[in-house]
Amino acid sequence: MTSAVDPTFNLSSSVAARPDAPPAPAKIKVENLQFYYGSNHALRNINFEVPEKRVTAMIGPSGCGKSTLLRIFNRMYDLYPGQRAEGAVLYDGVNIVGKELDPTIVRTRIGMVFQKPTPFPMSIYDNIAFGVKLHEKLNKAQMDERVEWCLRKAAIWDETKDRLHTSALGMSGGQQQRLCIARTIAVRPEVILLDEPTSALDPISTSKIEDLIDELKQEFTIVIVTHNMQQAARCADITAFFYLGELIEVAPSDVIFTNPKEIKTRDYITGRFG
Amino acid sequence: MDATMNGTGSPSAGGALESISSARAVGRTADAIFVALLWGCGIFVLILLGLIIAMLFEGGLPAFRNFGLDFLWTATWNPVTENFGALVMIYGTLFSAIIAVVIALPLSFGIAFFLSEIAPESLRRPIGVAIQLLAAVPSIIYGMWGFFIIAPLMAAYVQPPLIDLLGPLPVIGLLFQGPALGGGMLTAGLIMAIMILPFITAMFVETLESVPPMLKESAYGVGATTYEVYKNVSIPYGRTAMVGAIMLGLGRALGETMAVTFVIGNATRLSASLFAPGATIASTIANEFPEAAQGSLKLDSLLALGFILFVISFIVLALSRFLVRSNLKS
Repeated sequence: MTSAVDPTFNLSSSVAARPDAPPAPAKIKVENLQFYYGSNHALRNINFEVPEKRVTAMIGPSGCGKSTLLRIFNRMYDLYPGQRAEGAVLYDGVNIVGKELDPTIVRTRIGMVFQKPTPFPMSIYDNIAFGVKLHEKLNKAQMDERVEWCLRKAAIWDETKDRLHTSALGMSGGQQQRLCIARTIAVRPEVILLDEPTSALDPISTSKIEDLIDELKQEFTIVIVTHNMQQAARCADITAFFYLGELIEVAPSDVIFTNPKEIKTRDYITGRFG
Repeated sequence: MDATMNGTGSPSAGGALESISSARAVGRTADAIFVALLWGCGIFVLILLGLIIAMLFEGGLPAFRNFGLDFLWTATWNPVTENFGALVMIYGTLFSAIIAVVIALPLSFGIAFFLSEIAPESLRRPIGVAIQLLAAVPSIIYGMWGFFIIAPLMAAYVQPPLIDLLGPLPVIGLLFQGPALGGGMLTAGLIMAIMILPFITAMFVETLESVPPMLKESAYGVGATTYEVYKNVSIPYGRTAMVGAIMLGLGRALGETMAVTFVIGNATRLSASLFAPGATIASTIANEFPEAAQGSLKLDSLLALGFILFVISFIVLALSRFLVRSNLKS
């Protein structure tokens, strides 16, 4: 299958074409990326750019490699022997796929929120303080301030301010997921990866998370994997369509959902397969 | 069947139900018997437990009557003067079991962490099987091994330097007094540690593997290292089951008989030293039961010891339940 992605395709200029969007430089640049689960070649020849302070959605049927790519961005695959990546993922020009870079540093700069809320078995406050303490020495007042800052950012401060020291496991699913977003923000990353962040949530919680994503892109570069095409259309500035380990098409969301270039993309977004 | 053969030949709804219910009559009787049997099995456990407690208590009653509650804190055990007290054995039982847990715990943690996360797939199985085999070794084998191999090693290489080094210290020195005989509390605790290690380790591994991968990844995701993920996520997540595992190990160590009898020295003297020979409730019963005449005060005292061991085990179990429950709440 030939990919429709023109290697010279410039995301920045296509974003600039939208009246409300000034040109955004690439925060993450994927070059000739290959990924293997053991002998299974899961991602082939991916070339792709994630623009800074934009929401980039990755869509495609199950098993197309979109979550795999997300897990490469913060080196999560490193935890599992037998998984390996070749090629380059340049984060501000530095290749993060190379073994020489400490994955804990990569993960601090590029945070991740998972499909299901994963609060740690501790208080709401400590859920946030946990990551911060690993990297910074803050006194009590500074930590209080940081906790409040990121809970406000994640739009959950009002619901939690009176119960900061109770267990995070007692919150509702939607609250837990926003706590997880707050926890990710707390270590002040530049990029936030969201792996189907609303797939386990009800519609109201989902819409809160989507509003939050809109807020967060003022400060963070966001990459979201979603099965929900409406969600991609609503939230994302750029949408990339993956199929069977290949990047088929990447374009501004309004283009990809109204006038896709590739037949496969059109078939997928009109529900003919996947 | 009846319903379809009646007058009109067309089955009525009520008739159909009736025919089904008559066809199921045999099934209902069988089911009633089955349920009754299940009740029997359930009640049987209660009766069994009740009988054991009653037998132990009734058998030990003469000893309690003779010595009163003093039996619990009298340190004498003198078959000649027929003066018996349980303190030495209670102390020995608790002391050796706690030594066993203290030694086994860090090792179990290490092995379980290694197996569940660090070990390459090719090593995981051999080590896992080896641990299971450790659990399959009969306790008498551990006893012999302890007596012939470990005790001489302790006497030659472990106890003398410890006595020389730590013996003169105030307070803590009390633990390291006496001649290096090889056996004693520490050796018994060490053997028992090896015996309870597989159980604690297996439960730890199970617990660690039950931690959702996504939860661990979340911790890695904020930049935590392997150690930080364990300390802050895996252990808190599994602490409930881990407390249960530790208590299970303690319970096994409290009741362990043969291996301990081989190495503890079987001396009914009270000593704070780790190297002094001592006795546990189980070892005393095993040693002295053959020499206790029917109806003698000694036999009564041994049964009373058995009752006390039962109560101690019960308390440990109850405590573990309590801890587990309070863990669940928090």
